[in-house]
Amino acid sequence: MRRLWPGALALLLLASVIAGALGALVSAAPSIELGGLADDLYLRRVVVFTFWQALLSAALSTGLAIPVARALARREDLPGRSWLLKLVSLPLVVPSIVAVFGIVAVYGRSGWLNDFVSFLGAPRWEGLYGLSGILIAHVFFNLPLAVRLLLPLWSAVPGETWRLVAQLGMRSGAIWRLIEWPLLRQALPGVAGLVFMLCFTSFAVVLTLGGGPAASTVEVAIYQALRFDFDPGRAVFLALLELLSCALLVGLGQRFVMAMPSEITPGRAHARPDLKGWLGRGADLLLIGAITVFVALPLAAVAVSGVAGPVGKVLSDDLFWSCALRSLVIALCAAPLALAIGWSLLGMCARLRLAHARPGWADGVELSGSLVIVVPPIVLGTGFFILLSPHVDVYAAGPPLVVLVNALMGVPYVLRVLGPLHRQMSARYERLSENLGLRGLSRLRLVEARLLRRPLGLALGLCAALSVGDLGVIALFGTRDNATLPLLLYQKMASYRMDEAAVIALLLIVMCLGIFATIERAVGGRS
Amino acid sequence: MTLRFPFRHSPKDRKEETMRITGKSLALAAISAFAIEASALTVYTYSSFTADWGPGPAIEQSFEAECGCDMEFVGLDDGVSLLTRLRLEGERSKADIVLGLDTNLTAEAEATGLLAPHGVDLSHLQLPVAWEDPTFVPFDYGWFAFVYNRENLESPPASLEALVSAPESRKIIVQDPRTSTPGLGLLLWLRKLYGDGAGDAWHALQPRILTVTKGWSEAYGLFLEGEAPLVLSYTTSPAYHRIAEDDDRYEAAVFEEGHYLQVEVAAKLRGAPNPELADRFLAFVVSEGFQQHIPTGNWMFPVIALSGGLPEGFSQPLAPEQTLSFASREVFDHRQQWIDDWLQAMSR
Repeated sequence: MRRLWPGALALLLLASVIAGALGALVSAAPSIELGGLADDLYLRRVVVFTFWQALLSAALSTGLAIPVARALARREDLPGRSWLLKLVSLPLVVPSIVAVFGIVAVYGRSGWLNDFVSFLGAPRWEGLYGLSGILIAHVFFNLPLAVRLLLPLWSAVPGETWRLVAQLGMRSGAIWRLIEWPLLRQALPGVAGLVFMLCFTSFAVVLTLGGGPAASTVEVAIYQALRFDFDPGRAVFLALLELLSCALLVGLGQRFVMAMPSEITPGRAHARPDLKGWLGRGADLLLIGAITVFVALPLAAVAVSGVAGPVGKVLSDDLFWSCALRSLVIALCAAPLALAIGWSLLGMCARLRLAHARPGWADGVELSGSLVIVVPPIVLGTGFFILLSPHVDVYAAGPPLVVLVNALMGVPYVLRVLGPLHRQMSARYERLSENLGLRGLSRLRLVEARLLRRPLGLALGLCAALSVGDLGVIALFGTRDNATLPLLLYQKMASYRMDEAAVIALLLIVMCLGIFATIERAVGGRS
Repeated sequence: MTLRFPFRHSPKDRKEETMRITGKSLALAAISAFAIEASALTVYTYSSFTADWGPGPAIEQSFEAECGCDMEFVGLDDGVSLLTRLRLEGERSKADIVLGLDTNLTAEAEATGLLAPHGVDLSHLQLPVAWEDPTFVPFDYGWFAFVYNRENLESPPASLEALVSAPESRKIIVQDPRTSTPGLGLLLWLRKLYGDGAGDAWHALQPRILTVTKGWSEAYGLFLEGEAPLVLSYTTSPAYHRIAEDDDRYEAAVFEEGHYLQVEVAAKLRGAPNPELADRFLAFVVSEGFQQHIPTGNWMFPVIALSGGLPEGFSQPLAPEQTLSFASREVFDHRQQWIDDWLQAMSR
């Protein structure tokens, strides 16, 4: 098993983090009684609801993402397209509470939508709180993610294919059936799986917009078990339940991945031939317009209340700047770490598939890399605390741990952004590189980094922005002047300072956008 | 990771912080000492208490001046996390004092066996209930209440009964008792008034509940956005808007049946590394030097009569006969059952 070690090391890290946290919790449990869980009617209902809302959210988000991504792929020359793509990445990285308030400001009982329909004299819509609210929020978070993950697939279609398509006179329908759908099938199960896992473990969004305890997720039960009840055994049981459910479902989804045969081509550019028709153009623009409005409205609501807040007061506060700097440093450490871990796993997958002919193992590796996202932050944080507090000063250990946790949470995104393209690349170039004796860093420099430069930029930018917006585990360790920007935002909210929180939310969004754009440009190059 | 990033700094070094941000003294920052000094009094509290805008910094300053010592606040999420932290650290805890538990948690905190008797004379306290607890020193209190905006609600409910039987279109926002202190407060409030009929009361209330949020912040934020005319908060919430924002539109609805009380307490750890300092601090907690920062710092009522009285525009305390509460022990014994009943009633 030569040259599998970087991936194996990454796997070991992931496994020991999850097992370490869960094991520590078990060790701290005074007693483990799980007898009551099986006949807990409420819990059973919660499990069913958790699955149901996550399935619906994943289906809606990925289903709607396909036409939107296709429209964006077809209109490469659209003015402002690159900024549009950055805009649609934002919902993913803003703290969920910020997004929830944006959504409420648009769709809520006294939101813009209702102002608008009242103006038209139509009946007001009061149905936000309930499953509809949960779905709107989850689609808001995940539809743009799915779009960004699916979009790079189109750029992997070689120009020769388009020339052939043009020569054969294929129409849009045939292109979709023969080129685009098989291409998407490689990535769809992974994307849907990631969205499913994100929605499965959704917590504050579900509680805030769900309307009551009937709409609640297993994550809430875990939180309850680790707080008021302090029943770590129960928390571990529920966390394992989450892990196994997601592993099963997402693993099942991977069975539907269909590998595309690929061949080495010179990759000459050639535009796709079906862009001229006015109907297709109109439909594309309509879809792009719809997604822009859907994503931009809640963000605009956040911006409006931010601009209306005490901007000067926040900007002149040292605390704001130190928190922002700390968040930035954490992000700049976490993102490369996430990329390194994800890249090692992908390399391992490629070798397992090609050199060892073990595609099943490769799928398993990819899946285990994603599963960490299902472990609730409170479980990770509490577990780490139990492990570390006897040995080190937890406040000093806190920031490196935040970096580690944020990095691990970024790994699934790295895998999804780079996975399908990495697979195509290795199918094309693995043997050639082997024959040329290109290995390790020189292969990375001469082959991989060149071919995957743009998705690498996307992955790194995404991870950094995610880390900036993530509340993560810092709050659990306790703060002694070591807050991050999202934590500062929460703390302001927790003490009536909603106006300052609104300003911080706006600045946080600007910061995420700035980091994302800078890294994507610096690493990925100009489009 | 051995690199020192600007994650932490001594709280007193604000000036140094600024310099570091401007990038002039990274080296200086790197060598400044970060370790807890052995002699520093360590107080675990919740983060909004120790925040820059909370009462913590001023209290720290006055106590340090008084004792000629060094003290340090460690901010955790909220009151419940304090209890969790105690349980996780057990005998090893470096804390001297835990400050910010409330009366619904004291029996559980006591049961950990980690806390020591306080020995502080509490005879001068002015609380709406008698206080004889040998372990916990109260540092502030307040009543849960539904807060409304006068411009949006002309006739607020005058009783909990009226709230429960109001038209279904008049929505309220409450918090989840599994995740939030006010949420648990409302659960106990209804339990106190309706006893075993609390489940039915919740069931009757349910169509009026717009949503049940994870914490106070989400609920209050939704209320300020105008999503519902009433939100579960504290009787003192309007004082914040009046004093800090100069906005007198907000009021707390006073209910005939009375209001559920929350008393926040501090206690000393049995294994406190600095037991004498801890004793001095607990005595300081019920003195003017600490209490004067409570009303406009923590937006709760002080436990002693302040020499200057309550600040201009602050809420007036309710009378003792308007006060509802359970003994901490009762909450400890029944909380799980009552929450389960609540879940049943709310998802019927």
